[in-house]
Amino acid sequence: MIAMREAFGKSLVELGRKNKDVVVLDADLASSTKTTYFAEEFPDRFFQCGIAEQNMMGVAAGLASCGKIPFVTSFAVFVTKRPADQIAVSVAYPGLNVKIIGAYTGLFNGRTGATHMAVEDIAIMRAIPGIVVIDPADTVEIGKAVQVIAKYDGPVYMRETRDEWPDVFDCDYEFEIGKAITLKDGDDAAIISCGVMTSESLAAAEKLKEEGINVRVVNMSTIKPIDREAIIKNALETGAIVTCENHNIYGGLGSAVAEVLVEEAPVPAQRIGIRDVLNECGTNRELMEKFGMSATHIMEAVKKVIKKKK
Amino acid sequence: MKEFFRRRKLKNFYKLDENEIEQFKDIAREIRCSILTMVKEAGVGHIGGSLSITDILVSLYFKVLKINPKKPGWPDRDRLVMSKGHGAAAIYSALAEKGFFPKEELKTFGLINSNLQVHPDKNRVPGIEASTGALGQGLSIGLGMALAARLDRKDYYTFVILGDGETQEGQVWEAAMFASHYRIDNLTAILDYNNVQLMGNVSEIMEIAPVAEKWSSFGWEVLEIDGHNFDQIIESLYKAKEVKGKPTIIIANTTKGKGVSFMQNNCKWHGSVPTQEEYIKAMAEVKK
Ligand SMILES: Cc1ncc(C[n+]2csc(CCOP(=O)(O)OP(=O)(O)O)c2C)c(N)n1
Ligand SMILES: [Mg+2]
Repeated sequence: MIAMREAFGKSLVELGRKNKDVVVLDADLASSTKTTYFAEEFPDRFFQCGIAEQNMMGVAAGLASCGKIPFVTSFAVFVTKRPADQIAVSVAYPGLNVKIIGAYTGLFNGRTGATHMAVEDIAIMRAIPGIVVIDPADTVEIGKAVQVIAKYDGPVYMRETRDEWPDVFDCDYEFEIGKAITLKDGDDAAIISCGVMTSESLAAAEKLKEEGINVRVVNMSTIKPIDREAIIKNALETGAIVTCENHNIYGGLGSAVAEVLVEEAPVPAQRIGIRDVLNECGTNRELMEKFGMSATHIMEAVKKVIKKKK
Repeated sequence: MKEFFRRRKLKNFYKLDENEIEQFKDIAREIRCSILTMVKEAGVGHIGGSLSITDILVSLYFKVLKINPKKPGWPDRDRLVMSKGHGAAAIYSALAEKGFFPKEELKTFGLINSNLQVHPDKNRVPGIEASTGALGQGLSIGLGMALAARLDRKDYYTFVILGDGETQEGQVWEAAMFASHYRIDNLTAILDYNNVQLMGNVSEIMEIAPVAEKWSSFGWEVLEIDGHNFDQIIESLYKAKEVKGKPTIIIANTTKGKGVSFMQNNCKWHGSVPTQEEYIKAMAEVKK
């Protein structure tokens, strides 16, 4: 098993070989985000910007306006919150082709601590007009997504997780921006999930099956533009939705899904995620339990939402 | 300050002839009139910081910049980033004078559905190279452009116009450090040193002096000029392009509200709209 950041770093090198316009910017965290592989192979196309994320974002905007495809990388907290205005004004408003990669997302960053946990990055990026927001589920998906977002002309924010998590996709999976994928069938309820929570959702679904409950698991890695059709379809076919994300329940996948449900297909729903509480240090498993995001918690949420079905 | 300039007195290798200077003065007059009219008509906009940068814009657009108004997207064109985006009225007027779009369009400034937003939008206006308005961001963008030129082995040049109050933003100094670290010598920053910002004088709000020493200690070549003297402006712009191995900043000593006696050096005219009476008086002064 490899970590998502490894897969990202390797895929970026592959992209660099294919496309000479790809450049990478780092703010003193390349060894953590794994852009070191790119830096080694393409030193002339790698720009160390120092610990100065706002300038880094502006430089990326300038590069993009002259035809380059900059991948701007750092920890998710530092590459979204710190330069939020630079992203909004320098990058998103003119619709520039900048790829923002946020590493160490959500709670699960080993023991890096609260200041390094991005629990509001999706909400912030999603609220800025014109940005595609992606939280890939595994190494396969992030590897494919790197290639796909480079072909898409416009600003993208993509998350990258630090540690190893179970893969959910086969190598022949083809990632498409804005397209949800059903990973497991079932009619009692649908779990709509993104990021590393997808593997946890699958684990929950397996256990529920043993109890005679058949839930569908849908990976919705693109949070913007959200796959409205998939949400409506799953709501109408199963009548109950549970969302799972490694992010605050405010403003992330759960909110995005709920918005569509309210407008198009109101059915009972439950959200799994960080419940607007302050984070802290711990191992990934410990945090998952403490913050109510483990397979057990997902199972409870499914049972609860099924009870609410008409 | 004057002494500093003398110390670094440029070799007078560039001298404009009288006719050329007269021509530039005429264009500057036109632009100043447009600025006043646009803001008066729209009821919104920034006169002071537009008037202070007018002569510099004339020098850039009508002399130094390698651009073609008929081909605004020409990949090898020089870039001008107006980091102090509230100088929009000035840059729109200059672009219109240069023929990027009809002067007639200036009348739509700040109105609903207009391409001429109160702050410049690069996707709406030919000749605008960066969308700005949130201060502090333009130098970084310009540096990205300069790096792209280097990567593509192109010889286009990038200029960035900064407000003096704007340089209170931390991002500007991140960018300053980046520029000298990467030995960016295909970019020049121009500081509109009018010593006035929104709420008052820069030296009272948050002192930025000693400016030359600050930039110089960040590894920049520093030139200091009178930002309303065409000879000095143009000479410094050409001189800056010749500096190798490091970025250059031109500290242009300017007057906010230049050309209108009652607007000069007064922060009230950073963002105020003139009454009809004030407008007539101001127009008469700039036409002189
Ligand atoms: C980040 C940011 N903060 C505040 C403002 C509001 N604002 C617009 S212009 C201005 C003063 C700018 O002063 P200066 O840079 O000296 O410009 P100039 O004198 O050339 O008009 C302020 C505070 C802004 N546009 N962006
Ligand atoms: Mg000023």
